Amino acid sequence: MDIHEYQAKQLLSGFGVAVARGSVAYSAEQAVFTATELGGWHWAVKAQIHSGARGKAGAVKLCRTYHEVSDAATSMLGKRIVTSQTGPEGKVCQRVYIEVAEAFERELYLGLVLDRKLQRIRVIASGQGGMEIEELLHTNPEAIHQIHVEPAVGLQPFQARELAFGLGLNLKQVSRATATIIGCYRAFRDLDATMVEINPLVVTSDNRVLALDAKMSFDDNALFRRPQVAEMRDVSQEDPREARAAQQGLNYVGLTGDIGCIINGAGLAMATMDMIKHAGGEPANFLDVGGGASPERVAEAFRLVLSDRNVKAILVNIFAGINRCDWVAQGVVQAAKDLKVPLIVRLAGTNVAEGQRIIQQSGLPIITADELADAARKAVAAAHA
Amino acid sequence: MSILIDETTPVIIQGFTGDKATFHAREMIGYGTHVVGGVTPGKGGQKHLDRPVFDTVKDAVKATGATASLAFVPPPYAGDALMEAADAGLNLVCIITDGIPAQDMMRVKRYLMRYQRDRRTMVVGPNCAGIISAGKAMLGIMPGHIYQRGSVGVVSRSGTLGYEAAAQMKAAGVGLTTSVGIGGDPINGSSFLDHLALFEQDPETRAVVMIGEIGGPQEAEASAWIEANMSKPVIGYVAGVTAPKGRRMGHAGAIISAEGDTAAEKTEIMRSHGLHVAPSAAELGSTVARVLNSLS
Repeated sequence: MDIHEYQAKQLLSGFGVAVARGSVAYSAEQAVFTATELGGWHWAVKAQIHSGARGKAGAVKLCRTYHEVSDAATSMLGKRIVTSQTGPEGKVCQRVYIEVAEAFERELYLGLVLDRKLQRIRVIASGQGGMEIEELLHTNPEAIHQIHVEPAVGLQPFQARELAFGLGLNLKQVSRATATIIGCYRAFRDLDATMVEINPLVVTSDNRVLALDAKMSFDDNALFRRPQVAEMRDVSQEDPREARAAQQGLNYVGLTGDIGCIINGAGLAMATMDMIKHAGGEPANFLDVGGGASPERVAEAFRLVLSDRNVKAILVNIFAGINRCDWVAQGVVQAAKDLKVPLIVRLAGTNVAEGQRIIQQSGLPIITADELADAARKAVAAAHA
Repeated sequence: MSILIDETTPVIIQGFTGDKATFHAREMIGYGTHVVGGVTPGKGGQKHLDRPVFDTVKDAVKATGATASLAFVPPPYAGDALMEAADAGLNLVCIITDGIPAQDMMRVKRYLMRYQRDRRTMVVGPNCAGIISAGKAMLGIMPGHIYQRGSVGVVSRSGTLGYEAAAQMKAAGVGLTTSVGIGGDPINGSSFLDHLALFEQDPETRAVVMIGEIGGPQEAEASAWIEANMSKPVIGYVAGVTAPKGRRMGHAGAIISAEGDTAAEKTEIMRSHGLHVAPSAAELGSTVARVLNSLS
């Protein structure tokens, strides 16, 4: 799960990470009021959307007057903002963050991720902030400093210090950067984050070290024990179909093709999508109905897939393990009664003969297939007919 | 022979008395698995499915001599259950549970390192379908009847794709020694590499199928290891060619977020290390059959 910049800053400052003074606003009037309350002479108005690269998309504006604050907020609120990370559909901005603009002398990068290879938390720092870290890894890998955290003892101060000195900071700055690094680590650990990114982390002329931007992502599997994080979820930033699917315990990812997919198991779902492509088609979605594909879940899966207007055919591929094919077939037959697009069904595994019999005796125009390749070919042919 | 389990392996079930565990314990016993008891804290001394229930894994091991466990424990308590199993000295724990926090698994992996390599517990899963040694024993939730006994080992991140492979192999007249599901999470108890090493040593296994998916460095690591260390042919496949970047495809670990995470890159790495890559998911069985024929 992702959260907004202002929420990440709120959480991180609770762990001792220094941030500029700021507050969130939901309207242009509130934005101006917030700026007057914060004081200062310059303010940054930042669109709160779940995406990076906001600056280049005009979603971060430096303002010198209250009038400019109002204009900036108006230009963002309620608007669909497209960045290089949102995809062409963009994300609607419903909140802006007003922050006292700080002059700074240096921009640094600080990131923490879960390293899947070493199975440890990895801390990454660089003296070249403001750049994408992936880009820096290619152009200037020597400018990146990294450490791994031993899970049994956690991040040690010497490790944070090594990173801070590696960035070429002076002594005052080093002690503040060390506190920032340790604070980010503790937030990562104690809130079950999967990513913390401060880009840029800035150094001011009076030796303060501030998080100018902040991004955090969290482990969905750990939200049950992090209610203060879970309540920060902003459903408006998520694909509505995916959010609805998640409520039903289904895994759905919308894609751009025209063959709807309903499959049990994530691996088989991906493989089936690949087979559709192999057969010359394009999948409209990823959808894992899970192990117990009850009639209710199958019905909900059909509703989800059909809510995508591009869908020209539906491919159901169920390899029954725990669940039985006959049970799944009953759900499919019920859900397919008023279907307007061709339906291709492939069943395999437990009670397959009984399942196929139910499909055949339903009297519905369901196209059946015994094998994966055959199912994909038939789906592509039906969608392009 | 087979790897990890056979019909003589004494097995306990953690979370024994739960509904799901009861259902699958029955299936496992029906398949021929030597289930000797189970653990549910607070229900020690009772009987369940005609087998003794214990409060702790240590009690169960002491009384039954169990060497392996299947854990059906809800996500908040799963990490704890795995450490308990390791501390009780079990050789093997298979964990089916989906939804365990990644940092819990990170701590479990670190905890396992407390024990010397020869006494260290092998954890299979989480978020997997389990382990089956065809015709001998099952430690998981798979449909046992699709697995034909034979000479090919299978190791897969995905459960259902493992079923698909087994069914295709059966249709092609090819059987299995053991099929292992390592699970779809970002941090697995054991990796492709751990099981490939066991298959390499198993005299009955003549070839191995490795079924990967997008996300993580495991397939690349295993491929390099195969080239350097394995005498047996390995058939590879990676699911997720059509998966978009940055989107989680069902499994917590199936997400393209770093270089080398895509199916295309992993497939290319497999090929460069000399694996036999199945051209599509529908050709797993036929590719295995072709490779086996070239051996004899």
